[in-house]
Amino acid sequence: MTEITPRYAEGIDEQVALEHVTADEYETILTVLGRAPNIVELGIFSVMWSEHCSYKSSRVHLAKFPTTGPRVVYGPGENAGVVDIGDGQVCIFKMESHNHPSFIEPYQGAATGVGGILRDVFTMGARPVALMNALRFGAPDHPKTRQLVAGVVAGIGGYGNCVGVPTVGGETNFDAGYNNNILVNAMAVGLAERDKVFTAAAKESGYPVLYVGAKTGRDGIHGATMASAEFGEGAEEKRPTVQVGDPFTEKKLIEACLELMSEDAISAIQDMGAAGLTSSSVEMASSGGKGIELDLDHVPQREEAMSAYEMMLSESQERMLVIVKPGREDVAERIFKKWDLDVAVIGKTTETGRLVLKHKGATVCDLPLDPIGDKAPKYERPYFPAEARASIDPASLKTPAHLGETLLTLMRSPDMASKAWIFSQYDRHVMADTVASSEDPSDAAIVRVHGANKALAITADVTPRYCTADPYEGGKQAIAEAWRNLTATGAEPMAVTDCLNFGNPERPEIMGQFVGCVEGMAEACRALDFPVVSGNVSLYNETDGQAIPPTPAVGAVGLIEDASVRAGFGCMSEGDVLLLIGETRGELGASLYLRFIENSEDGAPPHVDLGVERRNGDFVRAQIRSGLARTSHDLSDGGLACAVAEMALASNCGAKLAYEDGAPLHAWLFGEDQARYLIAADAETADAIRKAAQEAGVPASVIGLAGGEAITVNGAHALDLLTLRQAHERWLPDLMGEDMQAAAE
Amino acid sequence: MKTAVIVFPGSNCDRDAAVAIERVTGAAPAMVWHEETSLPDGLDFIMLPGGFSYGDYLRCGAIAARSPVLPDVIRAAEAGVPVLGVCNGFQVLIETGLLPGALMRNAGLRFVCEKAPLTIETANTRFTRAYGDTSAITIPVAHHDGNYFADDETLNALEAEGRIAFRYAANPNGSARDIAGITNAGGNVLGMMPHPERAVDALHGGTDGLAVFESVLGGAQ
Repeated sequence: MTEITPRYAEGIDEQVALEHVTADEYETILTVLGRAPNIVELGIFSVMWSEHCSYKSSRVHLAKFPTTGPRVVYGPGENAGVVDIGDGQVCIFKMESHNHPSFIEPYQGAATGVGGILRDVFTMGARPVALMNALRFGAPDHPKTRQLVAGVVAGIGGYGNCVGVPTVGGETNFDAGYNNNILVNAMAVGLAERDKVFTAAAKESGYPVLYVGAKTGRDGIHGATMASAEFGEGAEEKRPTVQVGDPFTEKKLIEACLELMSEDAISAIQDMGAAGLTSSSVEMASSGGKGIELDLDHVPQREEAMSAYEMMLSESQERMLVIVKPGREDVAERIFKKWDLDVAVIGKTTETGRLVLKHKGATVCDLPLDPIGDKAPKYERPYFPAEARASIDPASLKTPAHLGETLLTLMRSPDMASKAWIFSQYDRHVMADTVASSEDPSDAAIVRVHGANKALAITADVTPRYCTADPYEGGKQAIAEAWRNLTATGAEPMAVTDCLNFGNPERPEIMGQFVGCVEGMAEACRALDFPVVSGNVSLYNETDGQAIPPTPAVGAVGLIEDASVRAGFGCMSEGDVLLLIGETRGELGASLYLRFIENSEDGAPPHVDLGVERRNGDFVRAQIRSGLARTSHDLSDGGLACAVAEMALASNCGAKLAYEDGAPLHAWLFGEDQARYLIAADAETADAIRKAAQEAGVPASVIGLAGGEAITVNGAHALDLLTLRQAHERWLPDLMGEDMQAAAE
Repeated sequence: MKTAVIVFPGSNCDRDAAVAIERVTGAAPAMVWHEETSLPDGLDFIMLPGGFSYGDYLRCGAIAARSPVLPDVIRAAEAGVPVLGVCNGFQVLIETGLLPGALMRNAGLRFVCEKAPLTIETANTRFTRAYGDTSAITIPVAHHDGNYFADDETLNALEAEGRIAFRYAANPNGSARDIAGITNAGGNVLGMMPHPERAVDALHGGTDGLAVFESVLGGAQ
């Protein structure tokens, strides 16, 4: 134990200390300071060293990701990742979790998740142009699920619609593993000029520090700490730690910040996210190797008599910290007043390397900055690799009598059913550059670069079933599927942002899942030249010892050079040949077929051969870019049959599948073998593509013809499109207990 | 053509409106900040864009209708200058009294964003004449409060006077008599919930909205 007396500052005892940091961490603080921290200082350590802010359990493993590449301008470490898209422009994007708050208070939790991720992007100088989300809810029949779905979706829409950034895509799963810990991952994508990208590091001392945006209140105090603990009894009592968002203020803040950025006034800028004023001031000063001094009396406050502790730990939304060039304060003041936002000089940068806070004339905090970062705990937590599962022999499973019925069961399952009830509540068209969104038959959302002919392709993917079955293969698959979804539109995959959602890392089996997924993802990123440029880790997603399925969500962005040359899957027409690219062995382990037909979660997930993935994908992209392939779809959940069904619904055209041999029929239809695409084209074009495939050494086989009003297999097992559409589209409105049309009339 | 788009804090379709106008006129509109107390001289067209002016606080469009620039917009409308209010702009026009009725919360109580099939009720307005014989179009809607309501007397008058410009073919929000857009008695003010400015580009969402701008801005006729 450290020989420092008194061990506790006035008003603090052992219990208070341990409510903020662990016993070991407290010892480190005593050593670093040579004295006991006061309550403000203790609060600052507690949030800065929380899992959420310090990544103490994950840092050693995150270093395994490849983070550089020819397009990467800024990788992890900034507010968001920045990639070059040519013509002097950059794309800036990031995905982040807001899981814990969304479970406690779904509307505000999800809304402020959107607000926070938008700020990460416009802080760097980007105009946000697209929002995405990846949502995981509990079992459809769990008593909380409907309320959480309704609240989260309304919250995402309520915020995104108002700020006027289109919510263009995402994915939603239902699984009992999320019953008590839902996941709300939000992604924002923005565009900026390459020479107008802003960063957070305080580069100069003696510069004024401005607080801009909304006033500080008592909301969200200790939000970051709450988000770094598991839930147990009484999770609802944590509601006061959830922040309340105001998208109107955010919209004004976006416009005001972009206006200020167009003037030569900003030296550095940082949003106040988790741990608010604390993390923003600490990060700005320490990343620039400077110090910072703030007078909290000048902080715009919404409530009376706030203490320094409350102000430093508040997570009130829609606030930014800006370091401006000396003498330019008036420019900022003019712009923020125009937008009816608060603006105040609250301090200055210094040479001291210390964080000094004054309040009511007294110094209430004087901490050296380096140790907050350098001495932040960093754990190499023990982990057990997950136990390998045996693969499933498809021949051991009986082929269902009517495969049309089987397909119907899958297409109305929670995983495959239409999510129109959700995305129809999101404004997908504002900004008038949306080329393809959730409603469109496209494997990725496509957003045109305003005023140009090029476009961004955006996707969010992960298959938690696979990650549960085999974290390493599941991690590989998540990256590969994102890459494939971008490729299937004709886009060049550029880079990845990740949102790693796991249970309690102090349990070696959970840490094993984390390490496995990260290593699998890193392997795939390297093989596909698909660097990780930003990300977020969310741990402790568990309740009463029950962890979520490992869910490393992947957000990815690709570039389409000419927005008119791309592929979707809604243009299949009568007589088209269906050409399957890739090999089918009939992998049914951890598949949707197994889950919904065999009622089993068993087996090893499909193997991802990254060399094959790359070869097949590069081939398909080339066919799209040459203008030959106009209709293409990636194969994923539910395999070939579900891909055909989606194409048939989108094109309003049936399909006649022709099975010859190979894998057993049910495995041929529903196997989830990776690195596969389905292309529909007229006979002549299909022949040309097949020949090109042969030359490139890419497996390509004709598996049927488009036509009719049903999906059939060898002339039998018919599933008519009307029945299919009805079942596919009704599942979610039925779950939510509403008939949308009747409600409107 | 001299045109203007009014920008309120919280407007978010102002850029889209400007792009659509410029596509037809070849010239960028003046973007007029809500705190201006007078409009540029000699305007031929004024657009109130969609969005969430003043965060929809109090009531959608209510605060915008009382903002400093509005008296001059009302004067221009009364003097016969064509005024188009889309979505939140429609809500503002209703709040100013330039158009009758009210826009209530959608009957489904949820925000609705979809590509809405519409029927053109009359090509005999300043905003629809370029549609010619076309009677069915599809234009996106995106709103939480687009449920048009008026008493029967008003509705009957709107019908009788040919002031219902657009109706929904599949009512998304519960609007009385499927009303999607109406004009004032003078025919120079149109309010509509669907977003024609989001349908002026084949790559984005089709071009079914272009004729609204062509009609009023004197394009192809």
